Amino acid sequence: MKIIVPVKRVVDANVKIRVRADGSGVDLANVKMAMNPFDEIAVEEALRLKEAGKATEIVAVSIGPVAAAETIRTALAMGADRGIHVKAEGRVEPLAVAKLLKAVVAREAPGLVILGKQAIDDDSNQTGQMLAALLGWPQGTFASKVVLDGDHVEVTREVDGGLQTVRLTLPAVVTTDLRLNEPRYASLPNIMKAKKKPIEDTTPEALGVDAAPRLEIVATREPAARQAGIKVASAAELIDKLKTAGVI
Amino acid sequence: MTTLLIADHDGVRLGDATARALTAARQIGHPVEILVAGENVGEIAAAAARLEGVAKVRVADDASLANLLAEPLAVLVVGLAGAYRVIAAPATSTMKNALPRIAALVDVMQVSEVTRVVAPDTFERPIYAGNAIETVRSIEPKLVLTVRAAAFAATAEAALSAPVESVAAPQPAGGSQFVGADLSTSTRPELGSARIIVSGGRALGSAEKFDAVVAPLADRLGAAIGASRAAVDSGYAPNDLQVGQTGKVVAPELYIALGISGAIQHLAGMKDSKVIVAINKDGDAPIFQIADYGLHEDLFTAVPAMMDALR
Repeated sequence: MKIIVPVKRVVDANVKIRVRADGSGVDLANVKMAMNPFDEIAVEEALRLKEAGKATEIVAVSIGPVAAAETIRTALAMGADRGIHVKAEGRVEPLAVAKLLKAVVAREAPGLVILGKQAIDDDSNQTGQMLAALLGWPQGTFASKVVLDGDHVEVTREVDGGLQTVRLTLPAVVTTDLRLNEPRYASLPNIMKAKKKPIEDTTPEALGVDAAPRLEIVATREPAARQAGIKVASAAELIDKLKTAGVI
Repeated sequence: MTTLLIADHDGVRLGDATARALTAARQIGHPVEILVAGENVGEIAAAAARLEGVAKVRVADDASLANLLAEPLAVLVVGLAGAYRVIAAPATSTMKNALPRIAALVDVMQVSEVTRVVAPDTFERPIYAGNAIETVRSIEPKLVLTVRAAAFAATAEAALSAPVESVAAPQPAGGSQFVGADLSTSTRPELGSARIIVSGGRALGSAEKFDAVVAPLADRLGAAIGASRAAVDSGYAPNDLQVGQTGKVVAPELYIALGISGAIQHLAGMKDSKVIVAINKDGDAPIFQIADYGLHEDLFTAVPAMMDALR
């Protein structure tokens, strides 16, 4: 069985981003970029399924500018077999990403697509669900456990009240949550090996998809700043202040 | 032009998140109808009908909708979608699972986690863990939105109930099957609607200490319990207590952070709380920069002292 893992290049999770003063967006010049953390978990899960003999090939797909190839290389260095780079400049919204991935799926015929549940830049949490919808496949989102069992996959999901388990008929879409696994670091020999792994380039046009954005971004601003308050000297003083403030 | 708000519930009662999302839905300005889907949801539909400003409640009551799985719910909503200009739902885990599936099937780009209604087609939403607020305008003929419940007050009940009508449930979609759920049972308030939250971090050190220190203070204050990602990853607290960018987003009257350093991903989930208290033995912890009241002390001495002061 083949597994497709879409990976997105985003601002590194440890970077504190800055909003441009003119409200035109977030300043990404000279900011450290990395693979979306949830996508790393997706790559790791695919690798574990392959190592357990349940998958045969892992294809990493990224949609984005030239530099997105670095993110595919990261997935290859972790252990993915080959890459597909859909070259697209500018903003590509989740709906367009899902359409592009659907076109890739039609060509590759995977048994499973594993995606991060959300990208930490736009925080949309949409792509996996949209891809499942367009393919007419079942979906197991926010996964904390994935068990492949013949032509089914059992997915334990992190939900508001705790955990929920669903059983899906393959092919299916799974999106990862934080507790699914701890992604590995790529070893130096594997980073070297990844340089020789193939990455195929394609475009939205070649895939027959209109990737133009549907939403207009009117403005981007800083959130209202929160002022640091006061330090209290003791627990008793703290309780006093909270009573005075009327919150307890 | 009408708005369809999809109700979230646990099979027993209408969640507070729906009443909050209703506030946002009403601000858009079109008449609002609520869809209650599920199995044996008559009581829930009646509760939805009592909410102020609801034009009509539509109920799809069928075994195939019992756990609100995305696949059957999407088929149901897509079948009804033609009559609506806006399809909205609270951004709960159930609806975050289902709404993008619906959006893709009606070929609409969804607006996730709306925190403010600027105009009927224009909304604010947080990006980058809440470190930027984006204003987006949709030019599509239909809008699909999820609403961040913590950003809106709950709509109150009205004197008169709205009419309730049944809609037929579609044929089950197949392909996905509910196996089971392992849900927390707690008599404490829900995280999403609690007035006070006591939250614990990595500094608690173990699940036993988390229970021994956080729980009594929470119970004394009538508070819900939250946790940082570090505490959940370490197994001190279950996943459904996680507050943060990818966990629950809360905005209580009072948020007490015990031994939480304040990573940006955690702040994303709680920085809109009215009053924030930070207790940490690391005086440089970033949480102090946004706390209204900071106590630089080991939580294991501070919490018992707070319990004493509350006596």
